[in-house]
Amino acid sequence: MPDSVGKVRVHCRVNGRAVILEGHPMARLLDVLRDELRLTGTKEGCGEGECGACSVEMDGALVNSCLVPLMHAEGSEILTIEGVARERLHPIQQAFLEHGGTQCGICTPGMILAALNLLSRHPKPTETEIREGLAGNLCRCTGYTKIFESVLQACRESERGS
Amino acid sequence: MRAYLPAYHLEAVRDLNELLARLNREPGRWKLFAGGTDLMVLLEAGKLPHRNFLSVWKLAELRGIEVASDSVTIGAATTYTELRNNDTLAREFPLLCQAASETGAIATQNRGTIGGNIANASPAADSPPALLVYDAEIELVSARGTRWRPFHGFYSAYKQMDLRADELIRRIRLPRGQKNWRFHYRKVGTRRAQAISKVCFAGRARVENGRIADVRLAFGSVAPIVLRAIQTERLLRGEKISPALGRAASDQLAREIAPIDDMRSTAHYRRRVAQNLLAGFIDLLSSH
Repeated sequence: MPDSVGKVRVHCRVNGRAVILEGHPMARLLDVLRDELRLTGTKEGCGEGECGACSVEMDGALVNSCLVPLMHAEGSEILTIEGVARERLHPIQQAFLEHGGTQCGICTPGMILAALNLLSRHPKPTETEIREGLAGNLCRCTGYTKIFESVLQACRESERGS
Repeated sequence: MRAYLPAYHLEAVRDLNELLARLNREPGRWKLFAGGTDLMVLLEAGKLPHRNFLSVWKLAELRGIEVASDSVTIGAATTYTELRNNDTLAREFPLLCQAASETGAIATQNRGTIGGNIANASPAADSPPALLVYDAEIELVSARGTRWRPFHGFYSAYKQMDLRADELIRRIRLPRGQKNWRFHYRKVGTRRAQAISKVCFAGRARVENGRIADVRLAFGSVAPIVLRAIQTERLLRGEKISPALGRAASDQLAREIAPIDDMRSTAHYRRRVAQNLLAGFIDLLSSH
C-alpha cells in the first residue's frame, strides 16, 4: 500500500521471521535486507545481475536481490545466508570450509545460496547441473575448482546421510 | 550514478482490467514493470528514462502456458524458468527452451519474462530468434480491444515496435503440429552463462528429397532489430542442397544483415560468425 510519501509497507518472512519492510517500491531488496534488517551477509558485487553475490532465495527461487524491487517481496518467504545454518553449519557451508571454497568471501554467501537452491531442485545433481547451477555466481579468487569440489562434496555427504 | 528513487513510481494493479483502464486513461504515462531484470539494471545505473511503472509481476492474466490442439499460448509474464520446465515446449519448441536456458543464469531466468524480453526490444535478445522461426504471433491488448499480429514485423527499427501507448503484450502463440522440421539454436557469447550474445542464431527447415522445402532463419545481434533473414530464406526455399547453394546463401546473408562494432564484438566478426552459423545449419540439413 503506497502511503503519502510514496513508500510501501511490505509484509514478508525473512529467514522464517515475519517482518514488515518499509521503503520505496523500487528500492532494491538487497539494500533493504542490508540497511533495514542489518542482514549484511548478502553482498553487493556488480549491482547489475551479473555476479550473483547478492543471491537470496525468494519463495524457493534463486534471485539476484539487487534486481528485485521491494514491492515484489510482498507476501514472500526470503532466505538469506543468515538463515542457512541451524544448530550447526549446513553441510554446504561445512564443505566450503573443508575444501577451500572460500577465499576473500564476497561471493561465498551467494555461492552457498546458489548451491543450496541447486540441491533443492536437483538432490543428486550431475556435474553439468552443478556447473549450470553456479554459473550465475562469479568468483575472482578460487578459480572455481575448489567451489565446485565443495558442492560436489556436500552432495556426496547428503547422499550418504539420506 | 544511481537514480534518485523518489522521482520514480512503481504501482501495483489488481487485475488486467484495472491495468488496461489505467493505460487507457493516461496513455504514455505508464510503462510496465515485470521481473525487473532489465529495468532495475538501468535504474541502478541512473539510466532509466521513464519514471512511472505499473507492476505486472504475478498478474494472473499474464501468466501461464496453455496447450490447445493447434497451438501453445504463453502469458507474457511467464518466466524463462517456467518456459524451460514446460514439457510441451521442451518437446515441440526446443529452440525456445534452449534460448530460455541460455539467458543469463538461474537467478535471471527466475525473474526475466518472455514478454519483457520482447518489449525491451534489444537486438541482442535471446528468445526472439526462436519465436521468429516458430512463426509466433503476439496478442496486443488495450481497453479498446484485442489484436493478434505476427511477431515477425513487430519491430520496425531499433527499439521501435508496433505497440501503442495504451497497449500491452498479453500472450504469445506458437502454432503446433509442425512435424519433420530440423532445427538449430546457437548463441555465441563470451561465456556460456551470463553473456549477452555476440551473435545468436535460430534456424528451422523442412527437407524433402534433398531439397529445402521450407525454412526459417533468424539472427540476433546482427542488425538494429532481431532479424528474420527473409531474403536468404527465399534463396534457399525449394532448392537442392549443394555447396554452391551454401555459398550463395552465405553471400546473401552478408548483404541482408547489418552488424556493428560495439563493446561486445566487431561487425567483421559478427558477419563471419553469422555466415558460419548458417553454413553449419545447411550442413546439418544435408546430413542423412
